[in-house]
Amino acid sequence: MTDTRQPVVVVSGVRKSFGETAVLDDVDLEVLEGTIFALLGPNGAGKTTMVRILATLVPPDSGAARVAGHDVVADPDGVRASIGVTGQFSAVDDLLTGKENLQLMADLNHLGRVAGRARVDDLLARFDLVDAASRLVSTYSGGMRRRLDLAMTLIGSPRVIFLDEPTTGLDPRSRRQMWDGIRNLAASGVTILLTTQYLDEADELADRIAVLDHGRIVADGTPDELKRRIPGGHVRLQLSDSPTLRAAAALFDGATLDEERLVLRVPGDGDVASLRHLLEQLDDARIAVEDLSIDSPDLDDVFFAVTGPPSLEEEAA
Amino acid sequence: MSTLAYTVRDSATMLRRNLRRLRRYPSMTLLLVGMPIVFMLLFVYVLGGQLSHGLGSEYVAGHTGRAGYLNYVTPGILLMTVAAAVQGTAIVVAMDMTGGIIDRFRTMAIARSAVLTGHVLASLIQTLLSIGIVLGVAVALGFRPTAGPLEWLAAIGVLTLFSLALIWLATALGLAAKSVETASNTPMFLTLLPFLGSGFVLVASMPTGLRQFAHYQPFTPTTETLRGLLTGTPIGTDAIVTIAWSVGIALASYLWARHLYTRRRST
Repeated sequence: MTDTRQPVVVVSGVRKSFGETAVLDDVDLEVLEGTIFALLGPNGAGKTTMVRILATLVPPDSGAARVAGHDVVADPDGVRASIGVTGQFSAVDDLLTGKENLQLMADLNHLGRVAGRARVDDLLARFDLVDAASRLVSTYSGGMRRRLDLAMTLIGSPRVIFLDEPTTGLDPRSRRQMWDGIRNLAASGVTILLTTQYLDEADELADRIAVLDHGRIVADGTPDELKRRIPGGHVRLQLSDSPTLRAAAALFDGATLDEERLVLRVPGDGDVASLRHLLEQLDDARIAVEDLSIDSPDLDDVFFAVTGPPSLEEEAA
Repeated sequence: MSTLAYTVRDSATMLRRNLRRLRRYPSMTLLLVGMPIVFMLLFVYVLGGQLSHGLGSEYVAGHTGRAGYLNYVTPGILLMTVAAAVQGTAIVVAMDMTGGIIDRFRTMAIARSAVLTGHVLASLIQTLLSIGIVLGVAVALGFRPTAGPLEWLAAIGVLTLFSLALIWLATALGLAAKSVETASNTPMFLTLLPFLGSGFVLVASMPTGLRQFAHYQPFTPTTETLRGLLTGTPIGTDAIVTIAWSVGIALASYLWARHLYTRRRST
């Protein structure tokens, strides 16, 4: 498959240490224009540091990073003119109203009076903040703050957006709203790099995922590619008694029995054709199944498979 | 637009932001302007009657007792107003630096100096307003300056220059502080300096060591210059020393603040 889209974010061989600790260790990344790229990893994996390097907040120790054609070290202002950043901690002014925060961003983006005002009103409406527009941000809920934060990032119509854990700490409803907002952005052609520690979030949003662990990329690919790396999908059959269980087990290669719970696990990814075949075999052998369910591997399985089990130290932390 | 035009425009935007914040958070300004007023009332009404006896006739401009002491103490109180007001500068700078919004500013293509310039200009306006309020109270209590238009202009110039120096110093202290609490404490020593100079009593009345400190610290020549301009006491070389101190403090603090602001990038 050839992709004609250009890479907008290119990271090659980036290293960064704070003191003795290597936070990023030879990281390579490429994000294509108009796609959503998720950098997935546990706390302390180096996700935020990667975003801070791309956002020109900290320079890498070695290696190179280019955003929209500009080098983050040699031409930080070129990068800044093309990006929008929403960090982990909300970057809003509590002593201003929502509208004033957006107006401040419009002024700093040199939008001009009329265009700036139109853009502010448009974003207030898009992020469902019209009613709260003239309230001080200190009275906003967590979800509203995040929405305002993202709206402020969008004022200058950036080509590339970095979102550092955009939904951490949000309730499920606000999280859904944020996801919709991110999808709409990508649909409008903006390139998005987001970090997350939630596997379902990466699965839900991203075109490509890179798994970062201890400063290294340990796996990358599309969500489906990553899932395919993990064997372990199976169809779970609940049977009524032990003899039936044995009879059923004899039908399938590699099936595992759970005598205690009378459960049979048949390997397979549970697509319609193989499922139909499985049911036909059971019918032919006149075996009645009490219950059937499909367990497909999710990104959690991928995650633990590539990062290994958490060490004791991490579990304590 | 040229780089300079953008710098001016971004600084103006930041100034508007900071002035708006000051309006939203008036309790801090009121608290900071209240302090020198309380000291003025205490010193004039509680101690002034007694203290006025130690002053030479040239300091009281023909007034006696409390009225004479009010005449003497007002310039020192005005400088104390500056010292109190810049505590607010350190606080708001530290609030910005410890919050998330500074990272947003740093990732935008805006003039690098605009963030600090916006803070300094807003603080200057706030400080000059505070001086105006305290001066108004002094006049209401009976302070009668003898200054003509030229002396007033020079006095405003001295106050502005001295304010700028302390504001840049407080900005650097605010940047250096790890927390807002620290930032609200570190500039506090500035409000003590008028006492350790010619703000409240004659330096000549102090013990030797203290007298030498008082003689050489920046508040003393500044107090003397302001007193001379407002009430006609002799100024002499104090004017030039005042300008040298103010320019020196402003420049050193500006460089320190700029260093702290850019250094934060790599942490």
